[in-house]
Amino acid sequence: MSIEFLVASAIAVLTAAGIYLALRGRTFPVVLGLAMLSYAINLFLFAIGRLTVNRPPLYEKGVTDYADPLPQALVLTAIVISFAMTALAVVLSLRSFLETGTDQVDGIVEADPPQPDREAAP
Amino acid sequence: MGVDPEKNLFLVLLCLLPFVGTLLLSIMGGAGRNAQAAIAVIPAIAGLALLGWFAPLVLNGGVAQWHMAWVPTLGLELSLRLDALGLLFAGLILGIGLLIILYARFYLSANDAMGRFLAMLLLFQGAMLGIALSGNILLLLIFWELTSLSSFLLIGFRSDTAEGRQGARMALAVTGGGGLALIGGLVLLGTIAGSFELADILASGDLIRSSTLYPVALILILLGCFTKSAQFPFHFWLPHAMAAPTPVSAYLHSATMVKAGVFLLARFWPVLSGTDLWFYLVTTTGLVTMILGAAIALFRHDLKAILAYSTISHLGLLTMLFGFGTPVAAMVGIFHLLNHAVFKAALFMNAGIVDHETGTRDIRLLGGLATLMPITATLGIVASASMAGLPPLAGFLSKEMMLEEAGHTLWAGQSWIVPLAAVIGATLSVAYSLRYIVHLYFGPRPASYPAQPHDPPFGLWAPSALLVVLTILVGLFPQTLTVGLVTPAAAIVTGGTAPPFKPALWHGVTPALVMSIVAVAVGALMLWLHGPLLRAWDALRLPDAKRMFDRALEWLVDRASDMTRAIHNGSLQRQLSLLFLVAILVGALGVWTGGYSPGTRPTIPAHPVAILAWGLLVAAVIAVVKAQRQRYLTLVYISVVGLVVSLAFVYLSAPDLALTQISVEVVTILLLLLALNLMPKQPVRLSSNSLRLRDGLIGLTGGTVAGLAAWAVMTREPNDPISAYHWENSYSGGGGTNVVNVTLVDFRAFDTFGEITVLGIAALTIFALLQPVARGPSGQRLREWVADLPRSPERHPMMFAVAARLLLPLATMIGLFIFLRGHNLPGGGFIAGLVVSIAMLMQYMASGFEWADQRRRVDEHMLIGLGVTIAALTGLGSLFFGAPLFTSAFGYVTLPLVGTFELATAMLFDVGVAMTVIGAVMLALAELSHIAQRAEKALVEDDGPMDIDPAKLRGRRA
Repeated sequence: MSIEFLVASAIAVLTAAGIYLALRGRTFPVVLGLAMLSYAINLFLFAIGRLTVNRPPLYEKGVTDYADPLPQALVLTAIVISFAMTALAVVLSLRSFLETGTDQVDGIVEADPPQPDREAAP
Repeated sequence: MGVDPEKNLFLVLLCLLPFVGTLLLSIMGGAGRNAQAAIAVIPAIAGLALLGWFAPLVLNGGVAQWHMAWVPTLGLELSLRLDALGLLFAGLILGIGLLIILYARFYLSANDAMGRFLAMLLLFQGAMLGIALSGNILLLLIFWELTSLSSFLLIGFRSDTAEGRQGARMALAVTGGGGLALIGGLVLLGTIAGSFELADILASGDLIRSSTLYPVALILILLGCFTKSAQFPFHFWLPHAMAAPTPVSAYLHSATMVKAGVFLLARFWPVLSGTDLWFYLVTTTGLVTMILGAAIALFRHDLKAILAYSTISHLGLLTMLFGFGTPVAAMVGIFHLLNHAVFKAALFMNAGIVDHETGTRDIRLLGGLATLMPITATLGIVASASMAGLPPLAGFLSKEMMLEEAGHTLWAGQSWIVPLAAVIGATLSVAYSLRYIVHLYFGPRPASYPAQPHDPPFGLWAPSALLVVLTILVGLFPQTLTVGLVTPAAAIVTGGTAPPFKPALWHGVTPALVMSIVAVAVGALMLWLHGPLLRAWDALRLPDAKRMFDRALEWLVDRASDMTRAIHNGSLQRQLSLLFLVAILVGALGVWTGGYSPGTRPTIPAHPVAILAWGLLVAAVIAVVKAQRQRYLTLVYISVVGLVVSLAFVYLSAPDLALTQISVEVVTILLLLLALNLMPKQPVRLSSNSLRLRDGLIGLTGGTVAGLAAWAVMTREPNDPISAYHWENSYSGGGGTNVVNVTLVDFRAFDTFGEITVLGIAALTIFALLQPVARGPSGQRLREWVADLPRSPERHPMMFAVAARLLLPLATMIGLFIFLRGHNLPGGGFIAGLVVSIAMLMQYMASGFEWADQRRRVDEHMLIGLGVTIAALTGLGSLFFGAPLFTSAFGYVTLPLVGTFELATAMLFDVGVAMTVIGAVMLALAELSHIAQRAEKALVEDDGPMDIDPAKLRGRRA
């Protein structure tokens, strides 16, 4: 078994679970799904630079055998941006839950909302 | 060919004058009506003077040119060109424009916004002038679109009426749609010719006509021309554009807008005409339009509608002439273009005067006006006679020449079709022109008019009088007045192959004269029989183009909303599943067409520990999916995933990524915990088994596709990656050995700058989402919120609080250390920012939000703003040293005790990065915990930083 196989299959598992979770009917699993997809995509982007063991991209004169630094730089910012995206999605789902009383995103309106708004009632 | 460059700069001036006028009029909104009109005529007068100055050069076959590079890689050049054809067209635009502005000054009432009207008119004039002067076909396209847009504004000037809005919309839809086709056509044309410069294209006619792309390019260009020039079946927008104030109609439909299509036919005549395809498409369209427009015109009752359909008919005539493809026909086309502009502008102004002074444009309510408004009547009669083609007026000359040309044109081998059609067109033209004269100015007077008719003030009739005089003079002295203008223009169009232009009233008894006499006689007869003919016409029940257009539009809108409803039915699941399916389909399509095979790059054997970690990851993923309704548990599982990914980064030579991932992991889990506190923890299941099976299948397929793609990439050798450049220049150019960090803050600093901006915006959005949460229904829910999980009796454990306080300086120190070494060793602004944020977040967790927030000295918004600003200023700073944006500089500094170290401007940029990260993370989490704090407020009486607070105990003892 090779490291490449482990990484490729991990990407596959993470993507599959990410897609499945993102298709759930409530906000929280959707956020988890987005987080999973971020892991998978970041790993994929990283893998574009091919895998190397024990040769971090720290410059030394004359060395030609090194891990590709460019995908790493891109993935570094991608990790931070996916944090921002997850945070935004979480807050958005929290606000919409507080605003509507439901965390469903499947388009089905609950017949009887669990917390009726007393102020709005006539 | 060219003249001295200084003179050519005047070409730029000529092109810009109307736009300057628009600007001036827009600024001086408060000026009086006379002042505004005075400003508006300046560009036209100055432009005409400039044209006169260019005339000696251009009319002798010269070409004035001006050129400046704009986007050379696209072939787009700021290139202006004035030849005889352009001069003729520009002269029409400016000359008639000048008269229209004077007319509009007296036509518009005091309630109309004259400044706005004139500003739009000049904008349109500038766009038209640009079409005449463009020396680059891409530049021509820009002006072409500008005429569509500015004519939309003009036609919709009376935007308070439904007709105005609908007419404007229809004109924009039709001419704008044609404009799209024209873009395609001209780009193809430029591609075939290998240049977008007009001069190059005009020189490569044979190349273009023999290209396999010629038919496509031709049809697309013709679509643009035909929609603009209201050719059948796109003619229907023009009558509806009559909703515009009459000066607009007079300008757009005599000399300018609709002539743009014909102008383009003339412009590209040398390269596109001469083929069978050209002949049949253009001639036939022109023929049909000519007859159809004239027939409808005869049976309309609105004066402007009669003129609108007659315009359609005459445009058809022009199109037909250019379609013939013979040099003589093209020459006649140019001559008639000129004549039509003159008499049609006069007629529109005339109809406007009648409308203005009698209060109606319905010809059935009018009649016998000749004695009531003699000046108007005289002008209208002469102009209309010219339209009918009666001698000795200008219209007669060009009509004779047209009949002459039509007389010997074969259509599909038949010699009678085109002459017959031409005679029918001419007959109908005579009929509606005579109707305009007889039914309006003669015949019985109605019992009363909506308003008492009288001749208008001088200012209103003078502009049309000038045009009428012109049409008489051209008819009487055609040689003197037009040869100098038409001959060089025809020479440009036909490449000098046209015979000498010899207009004359009397050619002897020619077939054309016979045809003309027949046309006048039958036309007069038709007018006499107008009553019965009208009843027959009404019985025909021809399809109404407007209703068809409206229905087609409605159908389109309905289909669009069907589509939207099908995708956006309020369910995120539907949208996301479509998105994933399309993505999978694209991947599958790639494999289908490209094939799939793994590469041969040697792989790295996996260490047992790596396999163990992999197993842990897979188990954690499965656990998250299995336990997704026990939400706290899923957070524990998903953090395992994050941990394994961080470890993978360590193992696979990406220490920077590992550091970033692990610190982001901490922050993310904190954030999810805080949010989950207020959300349902163990919701009921929503999806049915079949739905979960479907989603599972989509997930598995997507995962397989992604995994296979990753495998295919990793088992192949990289193809000369650009990162070799980054590696080699990292130390010498960027002054650092950590290539990842140097890439972030130097090579790709502009990217990073964009990224921290996004980060800042995300944090501010979170702030905006949570700030107003205390109001409205969400505030209500927050106040009613009851903690649904057992709470620890120790709210702020002393051990944790003390440890967190001790850790703060240490963690800050580590953050600083990571930051400083970042340029050369793993670390940098992003990671340092995250580490410092975590240290501060621990204070919030250990000692409570209130206590920690009171001790916060720096505003997070300020941090984000300062961070982005510092990064931007660092990037801009390099401009002052003449280097490109985001170029870094570095040097070495020696300090006692510390030793020699490096200082780089990139480090300042990294400070900005770190500040933004700290600000964004803190803002997001603090705001979230603030909400939780508000929700729990009622439950907590004493919210000190520690449950057993030594400071408080001391205070109690004292």
